[in-house]
Amino acid sequence: MTTDIKPRIRVPKSVKKGDVFEVKTLVTHLMESGQRPNKETGSKYPRDIINSFIVTYNAKEVLKATWHAAVSANPYTAFYVVAEESGPMVFTWIDDNGTSYSKEVPIIVAE
Amino acid sequence: MNGEKNIIPRLGRRDFLKAATASALLISARPRPANATPESTLDAIGKATGSREPVMGRVNLTLPEIAENGSTVSLKVDVESPMTTDDYVQSVHIFADGNPLPEVADYYFGPHNGVAKLSIRMRLMQTQNVIAVAKMNNGDTYMASRMIKVTIGGCGG
Repeated sequence: MTTDIKPRIRVPKSVKKGDVFEVKTLVTHLMESGQRPNKETGSKYPRDIINSFIVTYNAKEVLKATWHAAVSANPYTAFYVVAEESGPMVFTWIDDNGTSYSKEVPIIVAE
Repeated sequence: MNGEKNIIPRLGRRDFLKAATASALLISARPRPANATPESTLDAIGKATGSREPVMGRVNLTLPEIAENGSTVSLKVDVESPMTTDDYVQSVHIFADGNPLPEVADYYFGPHNGVAKLSIRMRLMQTQNVIAVAKMNNGDTYMASRMIKVTIGGCGG
């Protein structure tokens, strides 16, 4: 069900130290809510969603999110971070099966 | 819409949620199995934030008045806060009181975020209230609530 996971991240090309910049993220995932009825069997398709999203910047956690069944398929989210030093921003999505998907993006801070 | 906003301070928050949800249920033409209730939404708010009675204010919601497609509804939440090490938004919790389950998402922030703003896309099964509750680092809780009309529900029913 969740074989094709493609994370997409958008951050500014470079940021100034101290500036607040926006980070936009999108990941492909069906986000099966657990509410959708299977018309043949009469039961519901079991829930299979990304329930955790964690972002670190220079190995420090800068965002943690818990998602519930009401988050749309192919979840999009955006948030803000203060630019400190150049370094990696690592995004991790964890789904109900315990599988995690990560993507690393460099943040370039101009002094 | 505006009328509802005006009556918030006069009605208790609990009364407001009850009244707003009752009217939402009346508006939706087809009765569908909406399992969340004002009480269960309050319980969820209490569980997530430690307070069943957040104060109205400081939280701004940006979402459409009418969602034609309930399966992806854009929501922006913006909390007024200096986001310094002494005074910052610790978490933001989003709820929808007409979905099968009231919880939508929980976001945890810190001073390193600079501003307490987030964007998300969510599913809404029917016309209902979207509620965001912000918890500050000193434990204070603030909230905002907005009614949104949903033309086609987004829970795949």
